[in-house]
Amino acid sequence: MNKLIKLNIDGKECMATKGQYIVEAARENDIYIPTLCNIPNLKPRGACRICTVNVNGKLMTSCTTPVSEGMVVETSLPEIVDLRKSIVELLFVEGNHFCPSCERSGNCELQALAYRFRMMVPRFPYRFQQRNIEASNSKLIKDHNRCILCKRCIRAIKDEEGRGIFAFKRRGHQVEISIDPELAKNLTDELADKAAEICPVGALLRKEKGYETPIGERKYDKTPIGSEIEKFAHSKP
Amino acid sequence: MKEITVKSITSSFYLTSLTKNNLFMGTTVQHIIEKFHKDPTRLMDILIDVQAEVGYIPDEAVIQISQELDISRVDVEQTISFYHFFSQKPTGKFNIYLNNSAVANMMGRAEIAATLEKEAGCKFGEVSQDGLIGLFDTSCIGMNDQEPAAIINGIIFTKLTPFRIKELVKDIKSGKSTNDLFVESYGDGMNNSELLQAMVYNNIRKKGPVLSDDYTPGIVIWKHLPTLSPEKVIEEIKSSNIRGRGGAGFPTGLKWEFCRKAPGEKKFIFCNADEGEPGTFKDRVILTERPKLLFEGMVIAAYAVGASEGILYLRYEYKYLEKYLEGILQGARDRNLLGKDIGGIKGFNFDIRIQFGAGAYVCGEESALIESAEGKRGEPRDRPPFPVEKGYLGYPTVVNNVETLCSVVKVMLYGGSWYRSFGTSDSTGTKVLSISGDCKYPGVYEVEWGFSVRSILEMVGAVHDEVQAVQVGGPSGAVIAPNEFDRTLCYTDLSTGGSLIIIGKQRDLLKDIVLNFSDFFMEESCGSCVPCRTLTVLYRDTVKKIVDGRGTRKDVDDMISWGKIMKANRCGLGQTAANPVLSSIKNFRELYEEMLLPDSNFESSFNLAEAVKESCEVTHRSPIIKEA
Repeated sequence: MNKLIKLNIDGKECMATKGQYIVEAARENDIYIPTLCNIPNLKPRGACRICTVNVNGKLMTSCTTPVSEGMVVETSLPEIVDLRKSIVELLFVEGNHFCPSCERSGNCELQALAYRFRMMVPRFPYRFQQRNIEASNSKLIKDHNRCILCKRCIRAIKDEEGRGIFAFKRRGHQVEISIDPELAKNLTDELADKAAEICPVGALLRKEKGYETPIGERKYDKTPIGSEIEKFAHSKP
Repeated sequence: MKEITVKSITSSFYLTSLTKNNLFMGTTVQHIIEKFHKDPTRLMDILIDVQAEVGYIPDEAVIQISQELDISRVDVEQTISFYHFFSQKPTGKFNIYLNNSAVANMMGRAEIAATLEKEAGCKFGEVSQDGLIGLFDTSCIGMNDQEPAAIINGIIFTKLTPFRIKELVKDIKSGKSTNDLFVESYGDGMNNSELLQAMVYNNIRKKGPVLSDDYTPGIVIWKHLPTLSPEKVIEEIKSSNIRGRGGAGFPTGLKWEFCRKAPGEKKFIFCNADEGEPGTFKDRVILTERPKLLFEGMVIAAYAVGASEGILYLRYEYKYLEKYLEGILQGARDRNLLGKDIGGIKGFNFDIRIQFGAGAYVCGEESALIESAEGKRGEPRDRPPFPVEKGYLGYPTVVNNVETLCSVVKVMLYGGSWYRSFGTSDSTGTKVLSISGDCKYPGVYEVEWGFSVRSILEMVGAVHDEVQAVQVGGPSGAVIAPNEFDRTLCYTDLSTGGSLIIIGKQRDLLKDIVLNFSDFFMEESCGSCVPCRTLTVLYRDTVKKIVDGRGTRKDVDDMISWGKIMKANRCGLGQTAANPVLSSIKNFRELYEEMLLPDSNFESSFNLAEAVKESCEVTHRSPIIKEA
């Protein structure tokens, strides 16, 4: 099962384990591919599209595509980098993201990616959508303004019987995350912590907690996202 | 946008039904849940039945379903809220879904809509005060050759006129049942049969191998299959070079071979009858006139692949065909063309059930269709794995279009080389086209691949000088100008699932077509990928801005540059959703140019007159605005 195969990522000969997804194989070869919806050890969903790479000439999401022998993967062609940047920008114009007043600032993966891609002003018109904040649950605050609909909470947070606590509601531009009113009532502290932690942005926050780590000492305050994987963090966006 | 508002339901029949019949509803819902063995993968069927029995899906029913199926409430609601024909609020006793496709609008929908609003006494998206009539917009219902058309409580009403609307509403108000509503006459062919009695017309104008009458149902099953191994069947299909007729054009024989070779305890054959591409209606005609051919095709596919179960995924808009198709299926069972030891082949067991959708264009994408059939939101899956490896319930699954499955019967009957004698070298066989719009003879035409657009215009009685454009392949295809009318229909030139819309010179291409299609994609995006979810809105808003005379050249350039981002979407819907805009900019740039304001540093979308309209009305004064 642990058969090793050879593939080419960004012109570099790489080794990977058969069955591994491209994003993991790249990571093990010190190549960072940005992700937002991916959760290690959970079945991938390809929801955010930000890990899109060029595989043998075709656009594929690297979190859902397994490696294969002789595969040629391009992760940092200029058009791929611009594609990723435009996805980050689309997420910014779709929701209402005010970083300076957000508890997650500095720990936010979306913000960190925007810095990494050197986003100044999005190329798209803002949608200025009216979105709500839900605070009826005793442990969690759901701020729909900040939600990027990555489905991490849907996929990762289940009750003991495996029932989903979070789900999509409606479709298209009207999609939002809904929280099961009954199951959320009995949410354990542990699960509530996990939900807030798994959210890549500040859309799911624990109630009565905040600013435990001061601004300036947060995850992406000093080193850009992805630098833990890359040997030369500043070399490319 | 499609929220339903009920103005007042006092004394309406729903209020009484809510209080008096709570117990009754509980029993009804329980009965439905048990009919489907409390199986969460049959959630669609449960919801469809509840919606039909109760008129909507009340919160009590949602809770009951979630408890009985042992899934969370939000998991029930995520499915309900995905589909257009489900409602969590009371709807009318009669619900009128008026087609909102571009062609419906070309054929006078506006007048019908206005008459409906006046007669029913409520706006679209609302239910009348007495709870009797609900008015709703709906995407193309597959009746483009007989528009304006509507679905009223599951029954199709075509070629509507203001007179007929008045008669219909009068009937409704006088207490008539849905079946007794005003009907002038039934349609042609089987539409007139006892189990159908539909006022739908087939409008078959040109027959070829698929639509021809020279076919004895069951002949391949009885005569050919017993003499052939499954591998031989696949070989024959491969030799015909037939490719999928849904639009993507994947070689059918290869698909079957992959599925046959994929390991799996059981395998499934799906027929994709979710034709939702605006302007397509040929599957509806095939289902009406050649259902036996289709089911025989599914049996052949099952034999080739080694499948034991078949599912016909039928769009909700065609629910009126249900009884008729169930009758045909029963007839096939009675004749041993379905069931056990089919055609006398020992151990070849296969049966077909009908799975209805509930109004979602994206479910025409094969993996979304499978998700939907499993009772979930119709969101396309990531690939790999492909459905032939892991499809319905995780088992290897073949999904084929209605027309593909009909064609394979003829391939088995007359041979692959016979089939190859039709069409071109890379696109063999024929294509059944759905043609509508500004022409004399809209309807269904079966032509050989390689047919030019110019010959099509001649065939359908469109006057060449009066044609402005032809939309090939529906909104996800391309709109082409007269200088390209010599192009031909085939997989290497104009590839199409079969929808052709003729657009006359009298039409406002941007407003009547491009804006309508942009609206369509915005409404039908599943919402999973951000480029599709958000850019379909931005495309729609920008086209509207230009149509309103406030666009600039930068808007056009922006829309072109967004095109490449759409390629990052997961499915065909998302990847083609910008096509109405991109192909019209490419081929009709001058129409955009005529509408543009000169580029400026100001935000051109801001409309001062519009912004101060309300205060002007209050103060009875208006500012002096100098238009640029």
